[in-house]
Amino acid sequence: MKPVEESPAAQGRPCFVTRGLTKVYGSGPAAVQALRGVDIELPEGEMVVVLGASGSGKSTFLNIVGGLDTATAGQVLFRGQDMSRANHRELTRYRRRHVGFVFQFYNLMPSLTARENVALVTEIAENPLTPEDALALVGLEQRLDHFPAQMSGGEQQRVAIARAIAKQPSVLLCDEPTGALDSATGIRVLEALKTVNDDLGATTLLITHNASIASIADRVVIFADGNVREVRTNTQKKQPKDISW
Amino acid sequence: MTGPLAWFSALDRKLVRDLWRMKTQALAIGFVIAAGVSVHLLAAGMFSSLEETRRAYYERYLFADIWAPAVRAPDALIAEIRAIEGVQAAEARIRMPALFDMDTMSEPATGEVISLPDAGESSVNRLHLARGRTPAYGQRDEAVVLQAFADAHGLDVGDTVPATIYGGRSDLRIVGVALSPEHVYAIAPGELVPDDRLFGVMWMGRRALARAVDQDGAFNEAVVRLSRGASEAAVIAELDRILDPYGAPGAYGRSDQISDAFVSSEMDQLGTMGRVLPPVFLLVAAFLVNVVVGRMIAVQRAGIGLMKAFGYGDWEVTWHYLKLVGMIALLGLSIGAATGAWLGHAMAALYMEYFRFPFLVFRASATDYAVVAAIALAAILGGAAFAVRRAAALNPAEAMTPPPPPDYSKAAGASLTRLSALDQQTRMILRQIIRWPWRAGLTVAGVAASGALLVGTLFFTDAIDAMIDTSFSVANRQDMSVAFTEPRSRAAFHAIARQPGVMAAEPYRSVPVRLRQGPAEERAAIIGTPLDARLSRLVDARGRPVSPPPGGLVLTDDLAARLGVRAGDIIAVEAAEGRRPSMEMPVSAVATSYVGSGARMEIGDLNRVMGEGPLVSGAYLSVDPEAADALYERLKNAPAVAGVGLQTLAMERLQEMMDENLGTSLFVFVTFAGLIALGVVYNSVRISYAERQRELASLRVLGFSRMDVSYILLGEIALLTLLALPVGAAAGAGLAWYLAQAMSSEMFRMPFVIAPSTFGFAALVVLAITAGASLLVRRQIDRLDMAEALKTGE
Repeated sequence: MKPVEESPAAQGRPCFVTRGLTKVYGSGPAAVQALRGVDIELPEGEMVVVLGASGSGKSTFLNIVGGLDTATAGQVLFRGQDMSRANHRELTRYRRRHVGFVFQFYNLMPSLTARENVALVTEIAENPLTPEDALALVGLEQRLDHFPAQMSGGEQQRVAIARAIAKQPSVLLCDEPTGALDSATGIRVLEALKTVNDDLGATTLLITHNASIASIADRVVIFADGNVREVRTNTQKKQPKDISW
Repeated sequence: MTGPLAWFSALDRKLVRDLWRMKTQALAIGFVIAAGVSVHLLAAGMFSSLEETRRAYYERYLFADIWAPAVRAPDALIAEIRAIEGVQAAEARIRMPALFDMDTMSEPATGEVISLPDAGESSVNRLHLARGRTPAYGQRDEAVVLQAFADAHGLDVGDTVPATIYGGRSDLRIVGVALSPEHVYAIAPGELVPDDRLFGVMWMGRRALARAVDQDGAFNEAVVRLSRGASEAAVIAELDRILDPYGAPGAYGRSDQISDAFVSSEMDQLGTMGRVLPPVFLLVAAFLVNVVVGRMIAVQRAGIGLMKAFGYGDWEVTWHYLKLVGMIALLGLSIGAATGAWLGHAMAALYMEYFRFPFLVFRASATDYAVVAAIALAAILGGAAFAVRRAAALNPAEAMTPPPPPDYSKAAGASLTRLSALDQQTRMILRQIIRWPWRAGLTVAGVAASGALLVGTLFFTDAIDAMIDTSFSVANRQDMSVAFTEPRSRAAFHAIARQPGVMAAEPYRSVPVRLRQGPAEERAAIIGTPLDARLSRLVDARGRPVSPPPGGLVLTDDLAARLGVRAGDIIAVEAAEGRRPSMEMPVSAVATSYVGSGARMEIGDLNRVMGEGPLVSGAYLSVDPEAADALYERLKNAPAVAGVGLQTLAMERLQEMMDENLGTSLFVFVTFAGLIALGVVYNSVRISYAERQRELASLRVLGFSRMDVSYILLGEIALLTLLALPVGAAAGAGLAWYLAQAMSSEMFRMPFVIAPSTFGFAALVVLAITAGASLLVRRQIDRLDMAEALKTGE
């Protein structure tokens, strides 16, 4: 995979295109078919919510478009470049340049403060925000020098979001970002994600079990049995503060 | 359920599988335990084997307690000697220096001929006949030969050996081959290393030998065995009183008997090794196991929660994990016991080459095994019990959820790590160390201990090189020393000095003396040498030659220390030869001597205080190697020559012995020290990896390369290893200093010398092991499951 040129997000042009995307874990009788030929196009800059039951293939899909795993068959195009055949070094470079990750359990470095956790990423990025600006975007300008152990779950998740967006990623991938949080805290996190999506224009994929979150998305993708069962676009997006669970 | 584990309970099956999964780690811990156990067994077992062998041998062959030499004492005195209170048995015998002319070599073999009773067996110092018989009464030429000498020359019963005894030449016919408790370590007086080719002992019938050396109706040495509880000093005083009129230089006990002194010195060294090294190994092993097991169980926290959730009680959980670590302890113990026994047998075989016992079986006692097993088990189970108790105390729900992030905010010294010049990865490394200072400290201590053991053992080669260099290149530069049968005039010296092939010669006068200072008394020899001697001389601590000033006496440092005298003190000197004058003399200097001990004077001064003319006891020679063989031939036939010492051969032999013996032991110690470093480093990194797997996987997801992630994990151990190097060097120097003190004996002193290359080599070994262990873990970083990091909490 050749390095992808930094192009400003153009609305409507696909960020990801997959064709016949297939993933099989294991082999022989123990083989598990996680993805069964997924075809989908995801335009630049959208907020996409991915829904599905456990084992529906949504996490596998996220892992492949995030460059953590490679497909068994089929193609993934990121801005027109095929990344199906990329080696691990090219995938590392892809993640470093283009992808911001937000995890369910935050995965902050406990030995680094909020500012330092963000700096961890800005130090290896090409055109990053300052850690302070990134933390201000998620409303944590008062908590710069706190360690993870000194912060609430919601705060930790917002540091994780700041860490993910500080590199100004092309894609923001969030796997159950509110899964470990209560409803009120979860909504603050979603607000932070929305702000980032609006301000930076990063294509945002948000995996969740929680169907009520779907209403804040531009596009909702529903996975079942290793394939996309339904894609729908929201004409009327809700604000995070207007939803609850 | 089928398969090999079918009859195990589910929990035990888990145990076996857990153990299999962590086999590398278990093996690394096992090896550290094994190193401690085997070194301990080796040292303790070898010590008790030697001690028991020596005790049994001495007892069965009636080894003497006291030797009382004289010039010529009438036979009748032996009855008086036997009547001394405390004497259990006494024998009068003749003992004469001799030269043997072996056709297997050009050099003369030095040695002695000792008389055996003509009738019956000796009641003191019996021979252990390996082959043949003792000389028959009336057979003038029959002799028994020392087995080591016989083996070195391929001698057997029926062979004939030409010998020069007391100036007379005779052909001795060998009728027996024997071992003797007096010659366990068969070595010529003044030598450091036995050379079986160059030192021989023969035993002849009393009457036959008496005739050959003009001692009819007389003896020149009484050997005495003491009754249980008798006072050696009191008996020696009585012997000296009885034998004083017959030219006795003074009786002495086992501590001054060359062979036994060497055996004792070796056992002392073994004892020191056994006291110092194994506890270090075992302690490090205990430490390491304690920490590793504790952390290993902390990582198993979720598993423990699960077991409790299923309804297992605290005790069952604890027992389960104790069984796991118990298996590791057993693994280490069995490897250690097997290795220790194997090394012990190998070492016993090596000892048999130098220490001629009729038998020497390596046997570590049940106590030795019990002690190491108890220490190893206590260490490992203690470490485990603490961690398991903490884990078992958790409530199941809590144990199964991920632990809250460790709080780094209060880590001492955290401000240091806030320096903006640091990148975040380096900051993580520093905070990790500062947050868990104990853990880091133990890793440093473990690696440093390994380095210290390396330095402390490799130091022996440096010390011995320095010892050889000073003794043979600076102090004793002669190729050969020639001893006369008795003090001779200067003409005898000149006759030797004029021989073809002699390039330089210096006369010496050697007088046995007793030195006294207050209550301290030492037997020694004063050697008189010419002013500005160039061949044999004493040197000071800086390696410069020390010449005795006129009228003054120079003592070797060990002798001065035993007497408690310093330069400037006056000591009482009592000569044990000639007219046996007593006098007081100033100690003008104290010299360094690594090999042997004694006193020096200017030869003219010594002749003067002895009230004798210009007598010499022998000569030091520098010899043209081309002409050496011819010179040997003439010396073998010179009636005045009692013995020939071959300095160059002695040095080669010493070097050879050190290379063989020391090489083997050093290899063992270096291997074990290496195992400790490997155990410490591998486990430290491996556990850090287990604890931080999720953190590292997250970093990979965030776009950090394998290299970046490895830096965070391995940078910590690299930094700790670098910190451990100077600590290890200092501790190693301390260990070397202690060993140098503890290993020094009357025969030789270990200089405290560590070459820079020794530090360098030790550092290289430690660094190489750290690198190797890191590479093993590095492979696992390559297999980190990034997708897993996104999902689970733990």
